[in-house]
Amino acid sequence: MLTALLIFLPMIFSLLVLGLKPTLAKFLAFFGSLAVLLISLIIVFKFDKTQGNQFTVDWTWIASLGINFSVGIDGISMLLVLLTTVLMPGIILSTMNDDSKPSSYYSLMLLMQSALIGVFVARDGFLFYLFWEVALIPVYFLCLVWGGENRGRITLKFFIYTLTGSLFMLVALIYLYFHTPSHTFAIDALYDAGRSLDATQQAFVFVGLFLAFAIKMPVFPFHTWQPDTYTVAPVQGTMLLSGIMLKMGIYGVIRWLIPVVPLAVKEWGMVAIVLSVIGVVYGSCIAIVQKDFKRLIAYSSIAHVGLISAGLLTLSVVGMQGAMIQMLSHGVIVFGLFYIVEIVSARVKTRELSQMGGIRNVAPLLTTTFAVIMLGSVALPLTSGFVGEFLLINSLVQYKLWMGAVAGLTIILGAVYMLKTFQKSMSGETNAVTSTLSDLNYHERLVLYPVVVLVILIGVYPAPLLDISEVAVRNLLSLYPDLSASLK
Amino acid sequence: MNIPIEYYIWLSTVLFSIGVLGVLYRRNAIIIFACIELMLNAVNLLMVAFSAKLNDSNGQVFVFFIMAVAAAEVAVGLAILVMMYRKTKSVDIDILNRLRG
Amino acid sequence: MSTGAMICLIPLLPLFGFVLISLTGKRLVKGFAALIACASVLVAFAFAVALFVKLLKGSGPLTATMFQWISAGNFSASISFLVDPLSSLMLLVITGVGFLIHVYSIGYMHDDEAFNRFMSYLNLFVFFMLLLVMGSNYLVMFVGWEGVGLCSYLLIGFWFKNQDYNDAANKAFIMNRIGDLGLLVGMILIFITFGSLNYADVLPKAEAIGTPVLTLITILLFIGAMGKSAQIPLYTWLPDAMAGPTPVSALIHAATMVTAGVYMVARNNILYTLSPIAMQLVLVIGLATALFAATIALAQNDIKKVLAYSTVSQLGLMFVALGVGAYASGIFHMVTHAFFKALLFLGAGSVIHAMHHEQDIRKMGGLRKYIPLTYFTFLVGVLAIAGIPPFAGFFSKDEILANAFRQNPVAWGIAVLASLLTAFYMFRLLFLTFFGKTRASEDTIHHIHESPKSMTIPLIFLAILSLGGGFMGVPELLGGGNWISGFLSPVFARSTELHVEHHLSHTTEFALMGIIVVFTLVMIGLAYRRYVAKAHVPAAEGAPLTPAHKTIYNKYYVDEIYDAVIVKPLYWISKLFDIVIERSGIDRLVNLIGDSLNDWSGIFRRIQNGHLGYYIFVMVLGVILIVAFSYTR
Repeated sequence: MLTALLIFLPMIFSLLVLGLKPTLAKFLAFFGSLAVLLISLIIVFKFDKTQGNQFTVDWTWIASLGINFSVGIDGISMLLVLLTTVLMPGIILSTMNDDSKPSSYYSLMLLMQSALIGVFVARDGFLFYLFWEVALIPVYFLCLVWGGENRGRITLKFFIYTLTGSLFMLVALIYLYFHTPSHTFAIDALYDAGRSLDATQQAFVFVGLFLAFAIKMPVFPFHTWQPDTYTVAPVQGTMLLSGIMLKMGIYGVIRWLIPVVPLAVKEWGMVAIVLSVIGVVYGSCIAIVQKDFKRLIAYSSIAHVGLISAGLLTLSVVGMQGAMIQMLSHGVIVFGLFYIVEIVSARVKTRELSQMGGIRNVAPLLTTTFAVIMLGSVALPLTSGFVGEFLLINSLVQYKLWMGAVAGLTIILGAVYMLKTFQKSMSGETNAVTSTLSDLNYHERLVLYPVVVLVILIGVYPAPLLDISEVAVRNLLSLYPDLSASLK
Repeated sequence: MNIPIEYYIWLSTVLFSIGVLGVLYRRNAIIIFACIELMLNAVNLLMVAFSAKLNDSNGQVFVFFIMAVAAAEVAVGLAILVMMYRKTKSVDIDILNRLRG
Repeated sequence: MSTGAMICLIPLLPLFGFVLISLTGKRLVKGFAALIACASVLVAFAFAVALFVKLLKGSGPLTATMFQWISAGNFSASISFLVDPLSSLMLLVITGVGFLIHVYSIGYMHDDEAFNRFMSYLNLFVFFMLLLVMGSNYLVMFVGWEGVGLCSYLLIGFWFKNQDYNDAANKAFIMNRIGDLGLLVGMILIFITFGSLNYADVLPKAEAIGTPVLTLITILLFIGAMGKSAQIPLYTWLPDAMAGPTPVSALIHAATMVTAGVYMVARNNILYTLSPIAMQLVLVIGLATALFAATIALAQNDIKKVLAYSTVSQLGLMFVALGVGAYASGIFHMVTHAFFKALLFLGAGSVIHAMHHEQDIRKMGGLRKYIPLTYFTFLVGVLAIAGIPPFAGFFSKDEILANAFRQNPVAWGIAVLASLLTAFYMFRLLFLTFFGKTRASEDTIHHIHESPKSMTIPLIFLAILSLGGGFMGVPELLGGGNWISGFLSPVFARSTELHVEHHLSHTTEFALMGIIVVFTLVMIGLAYRRYVAKAHVPAAEGAPLTPAHKTIYNKYYVDEIYDAVIVKPLYWISKLFDIVIERSGIDRLVNLIGDSLNDWSGIFRRIQNGHLGYYIFVMVLGVILIVAFSYTR
């Protein structure tokens, strides 16, 4: 029941805020997101780490087609639900300095949250697809209506690109559906159907599903919608996209790809890993030469996500746990980074790094916060980024030594572009624009301090989070018996 | 006093073909409407004939449906025609090509 | 207090200091911040001494576990500490020398507006450095390893308004990261091979593992050491790191952080002993670095740059010791080096302080009269590094050279050459700075003054250590017991057993020692003749130099070569990715798919011509076709 509440509560609030005055809508939306956070915390508190799927809700929906409203939370879902519910109040709070947005802006954000949670808890193929697509709609409008320059063309491209991927997934899901004996979309039936296919059929299903997930993440070379969209979207849209929405793709791989078509994953996983690792180096390199602050972070995101998907597909507990923790860490860090981009560019009136400099002289709090989040991004030990990256690189080295070494280049290249960014924006002498810059105000601190605390807390003591997903990950990988031999 | 069913079939076919040709050939919207009515009624005639022949009342029920629908269609259609006439001072369908792709 | 709590508190105290000072920021009075910073390190030092005494009394290695840190699948690692003779010695050096440098900083940084920030960074550095040496598994060591890199970055770029300093900081961090990647991958390989990252699980089992794997592991680890300990080819960051405040150069870039690589190799001594190829690599790199850096130091005119290159060279010498399997001598030299190099840097700092931030030795000279205390302590440091008995450097350097001779006379030759050059350039530095007529401007001379007590007292302490520090390792030859080697022997026990020793006769050893001392004195004489008797002053900036001199003066153009071979190509590749592959490649292709859909639509839209008659005609045609089709079946 709590799970259903998690989905419907944001939806209800999303309707409630419609038509209110902007400030009122903002507060109500914030309150709503806090309520959802509270529920998710209750769930975490009651969550049994030794069990798999729990908090299930199973309502018949379209019986004739075998579609049910069935949702449930296991360790993997739990962490992502937590990420969503924790980030959402922050995202809404980040609009506090800006009263220009009408109530529909907040309504769309809450609708988005509802769909995102739906994606993470759905245990029915059709339901999953439904939430997957519903999640696209609010963010499309957020970007289209409140985006920056050239938004029409860019959001259209984003929409069509991701929709195309989703259609491949739909085809694959329906194909699986027709292979279930009783024609149902229930997740276990789809798993059985997928595993009963022969290698060639599995390969087709793999391609269909992987395309959808790869575009969403995005994995090289399906990423070209991402930098433009991140850059043009309003900052809350970017946070939603990068902080949470791209985890849908990774979650999809975990929940709807690896258990469904094991043969194909084993056979074609290598290709996906290679693409991901290419993405790591490629994204980092391009980030080095970016001049636009926001775009630079967008490319760094491609690099980080590439590492996650590569480690994930090594099909080891280490890699998958690394992916889980890195998803949380990346979500928090990228949220913080984009907010800092927004704060800085709103004050300097440009996102060009060459126009900044010397901010450290006038805004020490901003600089310190940025520094900590940056260190998380370059995976310094005792920050959240390290735990994930270490486990991921570890799994890759176990998979293939050279691949781990190549993916490990991210710790060098990451330092190159992040330090360069920090130097160009924060250090040096002030210029005419930055000399009058004001430091973080009350609301900004309210958003960024928790981010800093989380970055350090997850880095120092990640054990509780790792424990949550451990059982679910093991269950998932028990499918691959020859690998699970090395689990102990 | 039993008219063979073939007569009905032939009559309907002829009426229907006239309707089709009318629709295809004429440009005046009102005539086209009339031709559509002609086609509908050709079918109605056939229905009634078969209903009597097979002693099944379903056919006649359907005829009523079709008549009702046809009446509604004419009502809407004529309304559109009036509007169109007000705009263009003509009922020639060739000038209605705004739906070109 | 229990031993476990004491062990945990040693690193935690400086961390508390850092948190306290950084959270209160500028609200905290300078004196109070200084008190917190120094006290935390001093208490840590007291604990370290207590633990050291415990070890001396014959206690085995002490351990303490704080909590399980990362565990996933078959991987797990906790934050846990190990205090054995090796780490205990490191603890004493770090907290002891660290404390002296903290005190020194109070005087040196007193007028800086960011004094509190500076003290907090120093504390943070001590915390990470302690983690590095105290970790009982590789992962904790790695935390410290990266952490000290961060602090080095923060402190090199301490005066952040100067973008050149920031460049130096970035360079240091990134070069270290290159090494760190090697260390990281090596660490993961250790985990794969041994199934654990605890020293206690790994090191005893090393002999059961095949040499190829060990060689790969040790070389990867050594790449890490190259980065952190500034060895060829990853050494160029260290001279640039002199951009930081001088206490930082003393603490991080001379006494402690840069010796982390030496510590790490010594910690893994058994792995290295078992892989001769890696040993050979360590030896060759060490020799090359020692000689190469020493030649560069000959022609530098910045007082801190000379010391920086001398540090690189001395680190090379330590790696020579490790490379010939004389781990204890390597550690011994590391300890004495920490004393005299910290002394030299702090002395240089005192000079710079007195000269109002002038670092060019061509503009100094004759300072002996003005700052006598600094001069005397500096002289002790120079004598120690040159290897004049009975100063600390003599014993440790001699032991390395003797071990090198046993192993490989060629290596000995090169190492001797490097140490002779060291004597020459260090005395050149001394003479140019303190002897002869002063070359500073009248105004500067007028203001020269001896440094405050907070700066001179650490100098005196360090001078005493540089003078007496060598006596912890007096070789048997000279009637000593070589205490340090005995103390460290449990750590290197297995390696010593495996290592084949060629023993030298006492006469040979005496002869070697004599030769070196005599040649060192000759070198000092040469330096005296050139820089004092003939009062030679290095050519001013821009003056024509001989090609050889010019090459050395420009550090063999290594920075320029790296820039051309690595940095620029990286940018080109990135540009290539961005412009060619990203924008006109992949994205173009994606847009092309979209555009081609538009083109096809253009073709199909012609069918929709909007004529009702045409539509109906097509419809009727369709119906007829369907009817016809169904009849023909």
